[in-house]
Formats: sequence, C-alpha cells, structure tokens
Amino acid sequence: MYKYDKYDQAIVDARVEEFRDQAARRIAGALTEDQFKPLRLKNGLYLQLHAYMLRVAIPYGTLDSRQMRMLGHIARKYDRGYGHFTTRQNLQYNWIKLEEAADILADLASVEMHAIQTSGESIRNVSSDQYAGAAADEIADPRPWAELIRQATTFHPEFSYLPRKFKIAVTAAEEDRAAIRLHDIGLKLVRNGAGELGFEVYIGGGMGRTPFVAPLIRPFLPAEHLFSYCEAALRVWNRWARRDNIHKQRIKILVHDLGQEEFTRQVEEEWQAILPNQSDVPMVEFDRIAAYFVDPPFEAGAPDEIDRSDPDFALWVDQNVVAHKAPGYAIVNISLKPIGGIPGDASAEQIELMADLAERYSFDELRVTHAQNIVLPHVRKADLYALWQTLSENGLAEANLDLISDIIACPGLDYCSLANARSIPIAQKLSQRFGDDRQREIGELKLKISGCINACGHHHAGHIGILGVDRKGTENYQLLLGGSGAEDASLGKITGPGFDEDGIVDAVEKATQVYLDRREEGERFLDTYRRVGMEPFKEAIYG
Amino acid sequence: MSMKLLTGNDLRTGEVTWWTGTGWSRFVENAVDVDEHGEAIATEEIGARRVNAAYVIDAVDTPEGPRPAHIKDRIRALGPTVRLDLTLKPADPDAGSWVI
Amino acid sequence: MDKAHILPANASGLRFRDDPVHEEPAVTLDAFLTQPNATAVRVEAGEDARRLIPHFDRLALVEVDFPRFRDGRGYSSAKILREAGYTGELRAAGDVLVDQMLFMRRVGFDSFVPNAPVDEAVLAATLARYDFVYQPAADAAVPVWKLRHG
Repeated sequence: MYKYDKYDQAIVDARVEEFRDQAARRIAGALTEDQFKPLRLKNGLYLQLHAYMLRVAIPYGTLDSRQMRMLGHIARKYDRGYGHFTTRQNLQYNWIKLEEAADILADLASVEMHAIQTSGESIRNVSSDQYAGAAADEIADPRPWAELIRQATTFHPEFSYLPRKFKIAVTAAEEDRAAIRLHDIGLKLVRNGAGELGFEVYIGGGMGRTPFVAPLIRPFLPAEHLFSYCEAALRVWNRWARRDNIHKQRIKILVHDLGQEEFTRQVEEEWQAILPNQSDVPMVEFDRIAAYFVDPPFEAGAPDEIDRSDPDFALWVDQNVVAHKAPGYAIVNISLKPIGGIPGDASAEQIELMADLAERYSFDELRVTHAQNIVLPHVRKADLYALWQTLSENGLAEANLDLISDIIACPGLDYCSLANARSIPIAQKLSQRFGDDRQREIGELKLKISGCINACGHHHAGHIGILGVDRKGTENYQLLLGGSGAEDASLGKITGPGFDEDGIVDAVEKATQVYLDRREEGERFLDTYRRVGMEPFKEAIYG
Repeated sequence: MSMKLLTGNDLRTGEVTWWTGTGWSRFVENAVDVDEHGEAIATEEIGARRVNAAYVIDAVDTPEGPRPAHIKDRIRALGPTVRLDLTLKPADPDAGSWVI
Repeated sequence: MDKAHILPANASGLRFRDDPVHEEPAVTLDAFLTQPNATAVRVEAGEDARRLIPHFDRLALVEVDFPRFRDGRGYSSAKILREAGYTGELRAAGDVLVDQMLFMRRVGFDSFVPNAPVDEAVLAATLARYDFVYQPAADAAVPVWKLRHG
C-alpha cells in the first residue's frame, strides 16, 4: 500500500499546525463560530449532539496494522474507548474535545494519516472497492488511481470552497462494491478495443433528499486524463451551481437542471480549455504510486482446501469469505454487525485485535468497507480456521455478510445533531428479529437505515431502506423497497405511511414474508421485488 | 408547567451544557427557566466564549426537574440511548425511558 | 517569500504587486463591456469572467467580489483569467478572511480588499505554512509530482 514520502509527510504535518493555530484562534476569540465552522469541517471536526466528532480519513478504505493500532490508541486516549466505521470507509470518534483535536491530528500524522477534507464543502475522501488488489474480477487495482485523486484533490486551491460536498469513487471490477453511480463522480476502470486503460465517467449521482443514479457522461476517458476531466466537471459545477439553497447545490442538481447532454457539452468544452494547463498528473508519477500497490509475496502452492469439519466455521466461510485472485488465498470479511450490536462500532480492543490479525494473517493490510465492516484482503486458506477462532473469541465472527442483519445504519439521533430519529435501535431490533436461521433462509438482503433525509445510512440504496422522520415530535419510520447501490443501481420507493419503532420491524418482517412466499429459484429479495412490483408488498404491509 | 431553557456546548470540550442562572452545568436538572432572556444571555455567553452554539428550547417543569420538549434535547441531556454506560446516568438501566 | 504591501488607497487593503496602484474605479462587467475606455472591472460571483478575455489589452484591474467567504465561485473566475493570460491586478474584495488567502494567492489573486481588517502576523504565517503543494495553479509553486521526478 501507499507510503508517504517527505512531501506527503510535510503537507500533513503542516496541516496539523495550521489546524492547531486555527483552533487556538477560535478559543482565543479571534474567529467566530461562523468563521471557524468551515475551517474545522475541512478537517473533519463536527459539533455533534454530545461533543465534537472527528472523522478520520482512511483513503479508499485501505490501512495497515500500525495505522489501525493508532485508531485504537486514539479511541482510548482521547475518546471513550471506541470508534465508528462509516459508509465512506472512514472512522469517526464521538467524544472529542476541541482543545485536544490538534494533538489527535499529530498522532494521526505520525502514522501517515489525517482528517483532511473529511467534511465540509470540499472534495471528500475518495472511496473504492474494498476488495481492490485481491478481487478475482477486477481488471487492475483501482487504488493507485484513487491515491492519485487523493493527492490531486488535497488542498486544491480552486475547489476548496465548493457549493457543497463532493464525493468520488473508483472501481475496476464488474461487480460494483463502491456504489459508484451514487457518487458525484463515479469512475470505473475499463479497457477499450485497443486494450488501453480508461474510465467510464459517471457524474451526478447521489442520495440525500433528492437522489439520482448518475448518468454516464463519458464512456471512455483515457486514463492519463483522469484528473483534468474531474477538474473540468468541478469547474462547471463550481461556477454554475446554485448558491441560494443549500439543498439544491450538489452537482446532481446541476446535471439534472442542465440535462445530461448540455452538462456533458459544458464539461467537454471546459476540459478542452483546461487541457493546456497540464494539470494531469503525469504517468511517471502514476507509475511511482502504482509501485506501492504491487501484490504482496503470495506463497506459491498455498493449499487450496479448507477443512470444513467444524460446522460453525463452515457457516462463516460460506457467508463471510470471498474468492481471492491468488490460489490458496481468500478475502475475509470481519462483520462489525453482531446481533443486537451497533453497526460499524468497534472497541479499542477490537480495533487493536484486528490490527494484530492483519499483521499476522493478511500481509499487514486491512480494508474498511462502505457497508461498515472490515476486510482482511489476503488470508491463506490454511489460516482461516485459526483466524476464525480468534475472531469468535472476540465477538467478531458474526457470519452475516450481506444478510438482513448486516445493516448499514447512520449514527442517527443517538449521536447526530441533524437526525430526526434514532437509527441504531431499529438496526438492533431488526437484527435480533432475524438474526437466527431466518436470515440465512432469506439470503442476500441489503437493509439500510438513515435517521434523516440526508441519507448517510444509504436508505435509498437498500433492497429494504428505512428512513427516520420527525412526525410531530415523535420518531417515525418510512419503509422503502427496491434500492440498490451495486452495478444494477436503483433507488428505493416508499411503500406508504410510516411506522413507529415496533411497527417498522413488523413491516420489514411482512415484506420478507412476501418474498419468501413468492420467490422463484435463485431470486434475491431485490429480484423478486423487481419482478412482482410494489403491490403485493403494500398489500401485505398495510392490507 | 412550560419553561424555556438555554443550552449549548462547551467551546473547548464540546460537552452539552445548561444555563443555571449563574453559569453552566452538564446536568439538565440544574437548568433554570430563562423566560424571555435566553437570547440575551446566549449572546453574552457566546461573546465571552463560555459556551458555543447556544440556543433556547422549550421544556416542561416536572418534579424530577426540567424535561426538554423535544426528543433531541432529551438525548442531549442524557447521552446516547444505545450506550447507557456512556450517559450521565450509567447506573440506571431505565434511564432511556426518560428520553422516549 | 510572498510579501504584502498595504494598499494606500484603502488602509484595510493588501497588495502583492509592485506596480503603481490603478486609479480608475472598477465598473460593472456589463458597463465595462460597453465602455471602450474602461480599464477596471468588478466581477460579481456568478458572472462569467471569460467575457473579459477579448479585452485584456485595456484591462488593468479586475476586482472579484466575494459576497460570503463560503461562496467559492470567485476562485474559478480568478483561475480562468490567469489561465487565459491576464497579468493585471486581480483583487479579491468582500467577505475575504485570512484563512482563505493562501488558496486565493494560488489561483492568482494579488490584492485583497477584505470587509474586515486582516491580522498581518496570522496572514504571514498562513502564507508561509505549506512548503509543498500537490497541484499546479496560477502561482509559481511547483507540484510535488514535478519535484519527485525532477
């Protein structure tokens, strides 16, 4: 994985001191809160319900054991002993003091980490496929491109006071594990007829209160022009997006208002104007970055068989272990969704344990997934049983990847000042209701919960989505069906009137029963929904 | 009986605080009715950087103390309902019911 | 290092140029385009700075307005003008704060007339803080990818 050189390190170190100075000026009164807020947000520091919250960037979800250990250390030293892994493959702490924030950033910088542009109206942490570099179905590792974007978008002087936040995702596999079409820019690495690398460029997707699946703006962008093309799109947006209504300032609204054709024309025209600036990162630099992402030294002839004699282990292998490109190796998903637990939360001890396991079993590498789980990307099949035993002993072996209890949930009203309703208790009740053999009978079902319309819990993209709203001062939950964040991206539709806390759990159960009653051979919940439509579900839920 | 409370977060620590009439407390039980004076107190306290992001809320006076009208402020007053160990009432297994 | 001069015309202004201060008042973009003798223009956020490109030969001062510091349209206006070869004074005016000035310098602004005075010690520290940058812009800073490969 990527290692900082003296330039990267100097930039991150300078950022720590800049923020230390900004925070000191705020505490001394030289900055008002209105002036300070965008500055702290550019460094991932929010003021939340109970304290400041710090969001730490984990670029494209990749980190090593030393970095993971630091995340555990910070949780213990500056927070209350845990952290929350997010849908942008980041980690956030809930109980941060402003006066200690710069010290935390300094600790992060000591392991080549930061919180730069994890919030605010800036270009956010670039996300990617959590199986990158290990997946059997990718044409190349997307992470060197993601790192190239990370650097080029860090402190971009023209694009640091954008109309709104801006999210980029890069993948290189047929299966879309990074929800690229629900991003401001989604990039899929492809080869053209001549065998050259390039990108399919999707622009204008997003969730939030006005969700859109991004249209394809350019079917083939030569890879060496990746950044200048992003700049062209950013500039068109920065210049012409509305600035009068915060809810209408994302690029998706501009794409929608101009229309795909006119937006594309403007981006292409701007790109021609930008090309002479030579702002594209040269390929010699790409090659330097890519050299950090070569395969680890996989053991030739590593045994391919797995001893499945322990049934609990076999269950976990079937659910949480995924095919690796190298013979004798496997990709391991560590579920952060124990039945009845808080989705995405991990204690300092669990974080440190996962760091140890990565060092021991996975060439020192971990990934954070957008579904709020952890991946050990390169595990010898021969080591799976020992790994599983350790995970089991520490509450990290829930065998529920992509099942109904593998819920994405935002922090909701328990932590978030924007939320209208709590998300976590709904996730807990659902996972308890289905977390027995029933979830296995149902099979793949992506359930996603947001505590408000901002959709941090990706409810639009859930096979089943739940949206918490405020109905006359009480929590109320709407049910959505039919969303997907994968390569078959679609937006869920609201079933009808909302429910209270227990009502929503019952409604989900009724929806799954419709599926079980009507599914045909090989159909997932989503497939059945798409085939039979909303009506049978509505009837069962409200009838 | 309805009342108005002034609440905010400590500038340095981010902790939730409540106006007690003479200063700030972490405990909503210590909050007093600010009546019509909330905005003025907030302006002065924000200016002196003794509080951040202060605002006035509606509450009801109960025998157990002030109870914020909105669930969001009750969660602020207690802590996360899903981690009672981290709330201001870690020993009370029923603390969450005050929020609902 | 980047050194600021106080703008004599305005005690709260800062100028990073050595040529004489331009005396003519800036007119609106529409007025500038219809008045062949105008030499200074004020570009509002949301106006198309590209319309000035045919007129660089008579243009000595472009003042770009920042109605709110969070409104970043003026950064693109500045960058576009510099990319197109404009070398005259480029002024950021309005809600311009010290923590924005590094990026403003990078996109080509070389004078500032902020609504509120700027602490010059903080400004000096801000402008000197980063030794390296990741992107080429309208300033002289060399992106690290160029440093890495000589």
